[in-house]
Amino acid sequence: MNDDDIVKEFLVESYENLDQLDQLLVELEENPTSRERLASIFRTIHTLKGTSGFLAFHRLEAIAHVGENLLSKLRDGELALDQPRTNALLAMVDTIRHLLRAIEATGQEDDRDPSELVARLTALTEATPVAAPVAAPAPRTVAPRSIAPAPKAPSLAPKSVAPVRAHVSVAPAAIGAANDPHPAHPAAHPGKEESEEASETKRGAADSSIRVDVQLLDRLMNLVGELVLARNQVLQVTTNLEDSVIQATSQRLNLVTTELQEGIMKTRMQPIGSIWNKYPRVIRDLSAQCGKQIRLEMEGADTELDRSILEAIKDPLTHVVRNSADHGIERPEVRSSRGKPSYGTLRLRAFHEGGKVNIEISDDGGGIDVDRVREKAIVRGLVTKERAAAMSERELTQLIFLPGFSTAEKVSNVSGRGVGMDVVRTNVERIGGTIDLSSRRGQGTTLRIRIPLTLAIVPALVVAAAGDRYAIPQVNLLELVRLEGEQAKNALDDLHGTRVLRLRGQLLPLVRLRDVLGLAPLDEDHVNVVVLQADDRAFGLVVDDISDTEEIVVKPLGKELKGLGVYAGATIMGDGHIALILDVLGIAERAGLVDEARAKSTVESADAEAQRSSTTQRLLVFRAPSGDRSAIPLDAVARLEELRSDTIERSGHDEVVQYRGELLPIIRLPGDTGNDPEVLHVVVCAHQSQLVGMVVGQIEDIVEQELEMYGATRSGTRTGCAVVQGKVTSILDVPTIVQSADIGLVRLRPVADVQPGALGVHTARAA
Amino acid sequence: MASIQMCTFTLDRYLFGVDVRQVQEVLRTQPMTRVPLAPSLVRGLINLRGQIVTAFDLRERLDLPRRDEHAQPVNVVLRRDDGAVALLVDDIGDVVEIDEAKLERPPHTLRGPAAEVVRWVVQRPGALLCVMDTARATGAVGE
Repeated sequence: MNDDDIVKEFLVESYENLDQLDQLLVELEENPTSRERLASIFRTIHTLKGTSGFLAFHRLEAIAHVGENLLSKLRDGELALDQPRTNALLAMVDTIRHLLRAIEATGQEDDRDPSELVARLTALTEATPVAAPVAAPAPRTVAPRSIAPAPKAPSLAPKSVAPVRAHVSVAPAAIGAANDPHPAHPAAHPGKEESEEASETKRGAADSSIRVDVQLLDRLMNLVGELVLARNQVLQVTTNLEDSVIQATSQRLNLVTTELQEGIMKTRMQPIGSIWNKYPRVIRDLSAQCGKQIRLEMEGADTELDRSILEAIKDPLTHVVRNSADHGIERPEVRSSRGKPSYGTLRLRAFHEGGKVNIEISDDGGGIDVDRVREKAIVRGLVTKERAAAMSERELTQLIFLPGFSTAEKVSNVSGRGVGMDVVRTNVERIGGTIDLSSRRGQGTTLRIRIPLTLAIVPALVVAAAGDRYAIPQVNLLELVRLEGEQAKNALDDLHGTRVLRLRGQLLPLVRLRDVLGLAPLDEDHVNVVVLQADDRAFGLVVDDISDTEEIVVKPLGKELKGLGVYAGATIMGDGHIALILDVLGIAERAGLVDEARAKSTVESADAEAQRSSTTQRLLVFRAPSGDRSAIPLDAVARLEELRSDTIERSGHDEVVQYRGELLPIIRLPGDTGNDPEVLHVVVCAHQSQLVGMVVGQIEDIVEQELEMYGATRSGTRTGCAVVQGKVTSILDVPTIVQSADIGLVRLRPVADVQPGALGVHTARAA
Repeated sequence: MASIQMCTFTLDRYLFGVDVRQVQEVLRTQPMTRVPLAPSLVRGLINLRGQIVTAFDLRERLDLPRRDEHAQPVNVVLRRDDGAVALLVDDIGDVVEIDEAKLERPPHTLRGPAAEVVRWVVQRPGALLCVMDTARATGAVGE
């Protein structure tokens, strides 16, 4: 190891330790007698002093030296940790960090004079001791030990901030105390013994892990991706061979490769706590600056994420946390007057759910003032007065995600530096995440971020254009629509040169992938539309062909191609060919879709996102011919069709329609008089292997919401009723409806080709 | 006097060279995936044992006439900080040893893309060897 390596090692280790120090000091302030935390801080500074002396960084050594003096007196109970001392120690940490950066950049300490800080620390060290140096420490340390673990608990519990490390090092002491048959007779130097115990546990933790270069991990990840491809090829060949040894070996290869892949993926995972551990300090400084009292709670700091994702959410998350502290939580006097505790609580929570990571940032502050949001949105011209008046409270809160929106009354240096919530949102969406905000006036705000676990391997839809394949990340995918012949002509409209698709009564702008990529246009009798979500609006991407969804390994593009903006990377397909991964946002931007009407649809899509994220059901709402407002689960719907009433034919008692070369039984809902209008709205439902057409009066909407059933009286085709969009709605039972159709005369149609969700997305056919 | 080894290759009727230490490997024609909208000198992407490598057509860079359709260009794969890049050349030549003292500045009358790309000229029997600045060779025209 040469000198440079030693310095580098020293820097890496010191940075890590300093991050811990911030957290420990803030925790200490609330729990000033925690001997074990003091001891840990002391050790860190002591090590730093030693190493910097050895490496001849004298300024660093001088600061660490006086810091160590102060800390040793604090540790031994000769001095009490108060606000000025905490401030001085934090200032010391900052100065050390500053010096380390200078060393990192130039290899030298910079010439900033530390003597002022040294004097300050010295003065605080020499201040009057709080009590007689010998007598004081004994009772303080004896007390907790004599009552065994119980009193230890509060020192752990109060914030649940304590990182895993703290738990580990405290536990043995507590257990030791519990097992001690003579708790009233502690060892002669309890403090010393405790610190030795703690240091042993720490060493144990350090021994079980090693530092690995991130580049090496990335390389391993690449190689594993390559191995997976080779494995796939081997498996393809061996399935045709009869040799049992080769069969068994290739199966083994298969298993080992899969496990290896999982293992390597795990090495790239880091706990979210590695970002969070900066927040206690951030919040402490903020509260001091704004004159607020804020308690930070963290839960799930050990939730793991791919490091590339962690990197991407670091800034947005910090911004949101600062925002909550600065704008969300009120000053103590305001809080008291509202009957809340004077300290505000900021809660961070992370957990895994459904293959995604959820991060919640909630505060018990004032919530978002929707009246002010409304006012501001109107002043800024983001919404019209009429529209704003019609918006729900929930819709209004979503407005803060619009670019150029900031409700902070005064721009402070804490937040509101032009980095708005729109940037936070864009950053989260760039990595395939979603963001949702809920706020209750006077009670606080909760922001939920949902992000994928990893960016390295993502599910994607593979499409073709002009002979090449392209992958579209599934997170952007809403549905697939295929139009043929007449339908293609009818559903596609030309609106002043822009092609649009009429999809369930909504106009969906269409973009041809070939046009966007500057490839030769293609005219065919059928149209494949991939409906995508870009930023805040949906659009249809017309492609030549849609093949399949696959898990793809995302590989970066060279720097010459990153700037193009339409590709998010590339991937290698099973046959060794390369497919470019489309950046959906970039495609939309290039096609000029994103900016227009951005404000208009933001609210709707944000709402939709929020709803999708909770446990909800998607319903197709329609008017039954009887006028009854009804709904069925969208899962059961294969297609929506408009049929001319004269196409309905009779076969015995049954009504059928010739539909795509087959016979489709037609079902009448109760109360249908049979007085058909010229065009019938038909919901084609799939149940098991049967397709039936259900005649309805009018399609109203597709909604997503939690269902609370009323009157669970199951009568005929009804499951019950529920309030959907504020209106009483009958929920119909599709299996009963399908079974009630006498289909004896009708050849059963396989529904594999129309099964909704076959690609993991809702497949629909435009009417 | 120090000498350097040059990996040589031809483009049209010209002889070029790059420092052999930059060269990772030389590959015959590879299947290529085109990148729509990319600058014209980017011929496509190749799959180099799972690594995605951008291939640059040096004929395009140097404004030389296009290769005929059936030509099988050779990939000279160079190491770079952010991975590897491939240079598409007509044919690969020998690795030659060049005395550093023989490196000459290209004549200042050299114009056009060649002036951006050629860093040194070496007089060899039978031909002039143009030593290429690889960073510029893969950069956009005028950069």
